[in-house]
Amino acid sequence: MWTALQTYILHSFDFDWFIAITDAVVSSILLAAACWLINNNLRYYQPGKGSYTNLFIWCVALAAICMAGSRWILPFINPEQVYANFMTKSLVIRFFTNFLAIGWMAMISMIWYSQLDQKENEKRKSEAERLARDAELYNLRQQLQPHFLFNSLNSINALIGFKPDEARKMIHQLSDFLRGTLKKDDQQQITLTEELEHLNLYLEIEKVRFGHRLKTEVSCDDNCGAAILPALMLQPLVENAIKFGLYDTTEDVVVSIRGEMEGNYLVLMVQNPYDPQTSRPRQGTGFGLSGVQRRLYLLFARNDLMETHQNDNIFTTIIKIPQL
Amino acid sequence: MTKALIIDDEPLARMVVKEYIQQFDQIEVLQECNDGFEGLKAIQLHQPDLIFLDVQMPKINGFEMLELVDKQPAVIFTTAFDEYAIKAFETHAVDYLLKPFSKERFNKAIEKYLAQTQSATATSAPKETEKLLEYAAQSPAQHERIVVKTGTKVKIIPVADVQYLQADDDYVSVFTQDGSYLKNKTMSFFEQTLDARQFVRVHRSYMVAVQEITRIDPYEKDSHLAILKSGAKIPVSKTGYVKLKQVLGI
Repeated sequence: MWTALQTYILHSFDFDWFIAITDAVVSSILLAAACWLINNNLRYYQPGKGSYTNLFIWCVALAAICMAGSRWILPFINPEQVYANFMTKSLVIRFFTNFLAIGWMAMISMIWYSQLDQKENEKRKSEAERLARDAELYNLRQQLQPHFLFNSLNSINALIGFKPDEARKMIHQLSDFLRGTLKKDDQQQITLTEELEHLNLYLEIEKVRFGHRLKTEVSCDDNCGAAILPALMLQPLVENAIKFGLYDTTEDVVVSIRGEMEGNYLVLMVQNPYDPQTSRPRQGTGFGLSGVQRRLYLLFARNDLMETHQNDNIFTTIIKIPQL
Repeated sequence: MTKALIIDDEPLARMVVKEYIQQFDQIEVLQECNDGFEGLKAIQLHQPDLIFLDVQMPKINGFEMLELVDKQPAVIFTTAFDEYAIKAFETHAVDYLLKPFSKERFNKAIEKYLAQTQSATATSAPKETEKLLEYAAQSPAQHERIVVKTGTKVKIIPVADVQYLQADDDYVSVFTQDGSYLKNKTMSFFEQTLDARQFVRVHRSYMVAVQEITRIDPYEKDSHLAILKSGAKIPVSKTGYVKLKQVLGI
């Protein structure tokens, strides 16, 4: 279209068709090349706010190159004197039309590509948000421990029939435990005494469910009651020990928890029985413990604060909490 | 008279079932069992018509216990929360009760069972259970072990201990360092449930643990022999060889 228009204008300046067409075609091709160049540039590189001047200079340079191209190529094809004169006179007009066309192209592609970019960004952002939401949901669900919760409710359901007082007591224990879990966020630092109180509620409930098999021993040195630890750090270790103990053996299970001070560290040890014959796949960190290790790493930037041992059918987990 | 068993590792959970079942005079609870081992013995002993079965139990879960039962009774599953199990129940339309369940819901399950025993569909129930077990065996927890019966004892074999499997009529022999164990399942069952990167079906009748292989020798035309660390020689068919090469990345 551009070429047709230019041909028509040139023809109206009394040039013959051949000259008009060649001139129009050559300058259009040059212009198209310049536009393509700037469009491609902008596709891979979006100018920042400060570099609009750069873009302007680019447009000017490209317009000048197009003009110079026409100036050098066309006289070879049409060596007439009249045409050469006309060429020299029309250079300024050619330059400005080229500049306008290229500038226009630059603007369009800039808007187009920045919009694409924006769409891409939005997609990425919503994806990231979705992931964060999923992670949060997963955390919440873990915190609620549906298996524990529904089994406890089932126990209460059983107790209501023939031991209503115990049912009532268990409801209160369960409520206190859930409230405690909801109140604590994992950034909080609490004393060992507080953590043990919370833990005790959990143990009481588990004993209602598994009283016939489960025994717990908690022994802590006097001086570590006031020691500080991140909230809900001991809890998952004990949950793990109970689950591991109860579901990996069929005999009575003793889960023992011991706390002591060792220099500047609070050392917590949790032990449970297990069956070495069948638990080999779980060797290493054991199941459910990797979360604790990850948290210790995030809080203290150390990987050596948790260790596990297994001997004589006893699985031992030890964590050390640095005291500040 | 319907003979029933309750298998659950929580005494209070068993109590609920016992309390609810009292009103059905035609159902008699013969025994309560603490875990799958007790359950298995009681099933062999009493040959019950109906069992109430918890899914999560010590050592072997409810599904694994059922795998070892020769004559499947009707099963009503009880579970508190196990996404995988619930999905398995839903796909195979076996009745299940989610703890805590109401008396009304419990009655419905019993009535459904009673209606089934009187109609012709009763014969299809064990088949459904069979399919359910196959589905359940694909759960991550059951990927790590194979539960077998040796005489009256139950043996739990960690999958890491398995060297190879050999088809044996209606059974599959599971070979470990300590000997071999029979499991009444088909080869394709194991092909579905074992990790395909660890176990390769190298022959119509053989599946082998990849990490146990020390050498593969040519043998007759088109076929090979895999030599294991234990010294066992396993035939490898033409297609088996292709699969093996794929897994080994050669």
